[in-house]
Amino acid sequence: MAFGAIRNVRKVFAVAELGSRALEPVVALDDASFEFSEGDLVALLGPSGCGKTTLLRIVGGLIAKSAGSVSIGGREVTRPMGDYGFVFQAPSLMPWRNVVDNVLFPMEILRKNDAAARGHALELLDLVGLSGFLSARPHQLSGGMQQRVALCRALVHRPQLLLMDEPFGALDELTRLEMNDLLLRIRRETKASVLFVTHSISEAVYLSDKVVVFSKRPARVAKEIPIALAYPRSQKVRFTAAFTTAERIASEALGVVAPAGEEAVAS
Amino acid sequence: MSARFVSQVLYPLAGVVVIIAVWVLACWLANIPTVVLPSPDKVLRSIIVRSDLLLSEGWITLKETLYGFLLALAVGLPLAVAVANSRPLNLMFYPLLIALQSVPKVALAPMILVWLGTGLESKLAIVWLVAFFPIIVDTAAGLRATPKELLELAASLNASPLQVFAKVQLPAALPFVVTGAKVAITLAVIGAVIGEFVGSSEGLGFLLLSATSQLDTPLAFAALFALSILGIFVYALVGLGERLMAPWLPPAPERH
Repeated sequence: MAFGAIRNVRKVFAVAELGSRALEPVVALDDASFEFSEGDLVALLGPSGCGKTTLLRIVGGLIAKSAGSVSIGGREVTRPMGDYGFVFQAPSLMPWRNVVDNVLFPMEILRKNDAAARGHALELLDLVGLSGFLSARPHQLSGGMQQRVALCRALVHRPQLLLMDEPFGALDELTRLEMNDLLLRIRRETKASVLFVTHSISEAVYLSDKVVVFSKRPARVAKEIPIALAYPRSQKVRFTAAFTTAERIASEALGVVAPAGEEAVAS
Repeated sequence: MSARFVSQVLYPLAGVVVIIAVWVLACWLANIPTVVLPSPDKVLRSIIVRSDLLLSEGWITLKETLYGFLLALAVGLPLAVAVANSRPLNLMFYPLLIALQSVPKVALAPMILVWLGTGLESKLAIVWLVAFFPIIVDTAAGLRATPKELLELAASLNASPLQVFAKVQLPAALPFVVTGAKVAITLAVIGAVIGEFVGSSEGLGFLLLSATSQLDTPLAFAALFALSILGIFVYALVGLGERLMAPWLPPAPERH
């Protein structure tokens, strides 16, 4: 059986959940199913607001699903499991803590904030190149550096699964490319399984073992695209035929470009 | 001479000098009687001659202000936590709080005197009444403004409600608490003086009132001066508390 299995997950937000202004329930997620293996990096690709973030929160146990099943590592997820890592679009660091204490926050909550935890936090910070900023406050760091701290915070408790919600969406293009390589390197070192929500086609293809493409809301899985490019990858891979082919298939699944056959006829 | 010294000391001082000069000139040229507006030198003499009296009465007002303020913190903070975290409590008490705030506190003062007498208790009640509103409103706003992602992060780790409060909500709300406390402490001084005006035999407010009734206007001005010093002092105390509690805050933007 697969390490992660998402089967026919559906989410309907009731009026009460949406706040007083909503008039009718919203179907955020119609029917999502896919599987992945341990250590896989799976990109969830889809238009903004299509419900992929909702799926991520369901997998993380933060919100309840309306139907379907989510099984990770043999456990059915119905509430937070306590051993997942989260990275959000905003770094969401605590301004009152320095870099190390921000990274150690999960260990405090889990009551495992010992010397070993601190050692691991320093290791991770070294891995992302922030050894020189251990006692800096978040506001003294650039956006990219803050997100690297957030990445370390998500990994410090050695999570079974890393959930990332458009983590590099707010960064400039060059920083984003840099962070992509950093994430791949960290994944190689930590062997973490990752679900990565993004709306960038090239980011999805560059990072992942498999791209799961979602349709517009209410989201369904439109296509699963295995990415056969070998790791470790470097930016050069973006200019190979295999990469652009994968990008093309993803674009077609998103409806950004017409399927290959039809376009040929039109031109 | 550093630019900082010029902007933070020289300019404010120059402003004071200008005001005093206008004051002296007005008294001198228009020949205003001392009973109406004493010249600065008469006020200064009164401050020096009656310094014992000012200090002892000021001490009483200071105690009323600080005790009442601390009482407002002690009641306001837990109440803010309750209101921010419980929707039923919020619905029950928020309208009441707003209604209470819209009643002029001066209007309540005579009744509080009837209930609690002319001693310290009635002053504490009035100070508490004026000071606790900004504390509870700002604290509740701060608690509610906790970034959603941090709460989700804590939830993903199965944090206990106490952990969420102590490690996330409370530190996130602290800057708001300090803002509320700064407003509250200035109101607390006003509350103490109101209490002394309405019924008291001691304190700077009482001194001010009795000095005017005896046409000792220089003493009344001296009491006013002492009150403003007291106000600056207690505000600085809260500022000190802010520095102790929130060294993590980025420096405030330069004021113009």
